[in-house]
Amino acid sequence: MEKFVSEQPAIVVSSVSKSYTTGKTVVKALDNISFEVERGSLFGLIGPDGAGKTTLFRILTSLLLFDKGQAMVDGFDVIADYKTIRKRIGYMPGRFSLYTDLTVQENLQFFASIFETTIEENYDLIKAIYAQIEPFKDRRAGKLSGGMKQKLALSCALIHRPSVLFLDEPTTGVDAVSRKEFWDMLKTLKQEGITILVSTPYMDEANLCDKVALIQAGTILGINTPENITEQFPKTIYRVRNDNMHALLQEAKQWAFTEQVYPFGEYHHVVIRHGVAEPVFPAEVEAGKIHPGIEDVFIDLMRDHEQ
Amino acid sequence: MNSKAIIVENLTKIFNGFTAVDGISFEVEKGEIFGFLGANGAGKTTAMKMLCGLSMPTSGSAMVAGFDVYKENESIKKNIGYMSQKFSLYEDLTIKENIRFYAGIYGIRPELITSKTTLLLEQLTLEKEANLLVKQLPLGWKQKLAFSVAIFHDPQIVFLDEPTGGVDPITRRDFWNMIYDAAAKGITVFVTTHYMDEAEYCDRVSIMVDGQIDALDTPGNLKSSFQAGSMDEVFLQIARKAKRSE
Repeated sequence: MEKFVSEQPAIVVSSVSKSYTTGKTVVKALDNISFEVERGSLFGLIGPDGAGKTTLFRILTSLLLFDKGQAMVDGFDVIADYKTIRKRIGYMPGRFSLYTDLTVQENLQFFASIFETTIEENYDLIKAIYAQIEPFKDRRAGKLSGGMKQKLALSCALIHRPSVLFLDEPTTGVDAVSRKEFWDMLKTLKQEGITILVSTPYMDEANLCDKVALIQAGTILGINTPENITEQFPKTIYRVRNDNMHALLQEAKQWAFTEQVYPFGEYHHVVIRHGVAEPVFPAEVEAGKIHPGIEDVFIDLMRDHEQ
Repeated sequence: MNSKAIIVENLTKIFNGFTAVDGISFEVEKGEIFGFLGANGAGKTTAMKMLCGLSMPTSGSAMVAGFDVYKENESIKKNIGYMSQKFSLYEDLTIKENIRFYAGIYGIRPELITSKTTLLLEQLTLEKEANLLVKQLPLGWKQKLAFSVAIFHDPQIVFLDEPTGGVDPITRRDFWNMIYDAAAKGITVFVTTHYMDEAEYCDRVSIMVDGQIDALDTPGNLKSSFQAGSMDEVFLQIARKAKRSE
C-alpha cells in the first residue's frame, strides 16, 4: 500500500475547464484538459502565449478556482487540501514576484521563514544556483539583472525543498545561451527527485523534457514523450531550398504534392499530400526528406484544430 | 542618392563608468532586413535607443534615415517606426482607435487617416473586429496589428524589438511574411529576436557580445566561417565568449 501511494502521479488533472468573462464575451481558457505527471519527471507544457498555460499553473498551485473537473497535486486535491498543497509545492510565476525592496538575502530568508525552515537546512539544494548570486546578497532584488532575478526566484521557490516545482515560462525573452544554462539547472533538480512542471513557448525546448503536452487555445493537442510525438507523426516532410527562397515559397504552394509549405530557418518545409509516394521536385531545387521536429507537429496539429 | 539607411561609426554609450555599447560600427542598406542579435545584457537595447533618437550617445556618430542622432533626433522619430513585444498598442482602446491614435501621433493628414484606416483593416481582414478592444485580440493578431501601425506612416526604417516572442509558430511565420512585404516596399527592417531560425530570414545578421559587434555577415557566410550547421550554433559559439551578463 505504501508503495502504491508513493507511485501515484505527482500531478493528476482530470477534465478541467475554466472560462473567463470579460464584458459580454466568454473566453474558454481551458477546455476539458486531462493529463498526468509522473513523480520525479520533467514535464513540459509547450504552447504560445494565450494557450492557457498560466491559467493551468494558477489552478494547480491552488490560486484559482475552476468551473469543472478535478486536479490533484502530490496526492492532494487542489481545492479541498489547498493549505497542504501550498506547503509542498514551489511556484515561480512568469512575472517576477519577489519583494523588490528587500535584498537578495532578505528575500530568501523571508521565504524560508514563511515555510518554517531555514536557509541552512536546504542550502545544499539551492547551492549551485544561489552561489551565482550570493556575491550580490546585499543588493535589493529590484536592482538585479534579469538573469539574476530569475536565479533568485528559483532559489526562493526551492528553499523549502518542495516535492513539485511549477515554473511558468522561465525562459521567455531569455537568450539562447542562458536558456541552455537554465535547462541544465533543471536537470540537476530532477536528480534530487523533484517533479517539475515547466511551460515554454519555445518548441525546441520540448526535447529537453521527459514528456510534453502541446497546448493551444485551451486545448491539449497531444501528450507524449518528445521522441514519440515526432516519430508517430503520420506525414512526410521534405526540406527544400534554392537561391530565391521568397519566390520558392510561392512556387512550392503550387506543387501538386504540397499539402502545406512554410519557412523553417534556411529551408522551407513541405508537408507532402497523403497518397503521394515519391514527390518529384524541380531540378534547381535542393530537396531532402527529413524527420519532423516538434514545431512541424505543432503547426500541423494547430491547423487541424482550427479546421 | 545615399543607399544607406543607417550608418554607425564607433558608437559608444557609457553609464556611470559602465560601457554598455563599446564603439560599434556598421551600415544598413535601404530595404535590407537586418538582424540585430546578442545575449541578454550585450547592449542591444541601449544601441537601439540611440538609433531611435531616444538616448544620447557618449561618443561616436550615427546617421539614421539621413539624420544625425545628436542634432536631428526629432526628425529621426518622424521617419522611423518602432514596435516591441513589451510595448505596442493601447489595450483599452479599440483597434480602430489605436490606428487613428498612432496615425495622428505620426502626423498623417486627417483627410488621409480614414481611407488609410479602412484599407489597413481590409488588408488584415479585421473589418468586423474594428471596434473591439485591443485586449480582446489574441497575441498573434495584436503583434500583426502593432507592426502594421508601426509602418502606417510609411517610415524609412522600422525597428522591431523581439516582435515574435511567445507567438505561436504559424502566426510567427505570418509575421515574417509581413516583414518581407514591408522590405519589398523599400522599408528597412531592423529586428531583434531570440528565435535562431528567424536569424536565417534576415539579409544580414550582427551578433553583439559585451557591448561590441563580434560578427556581422549574411547567415550563409556566418555559418561557413564558423563551420556551423545552423545559426543557433553560430550564436552559441559567439555568445559563450561573453564575460558579462545582463
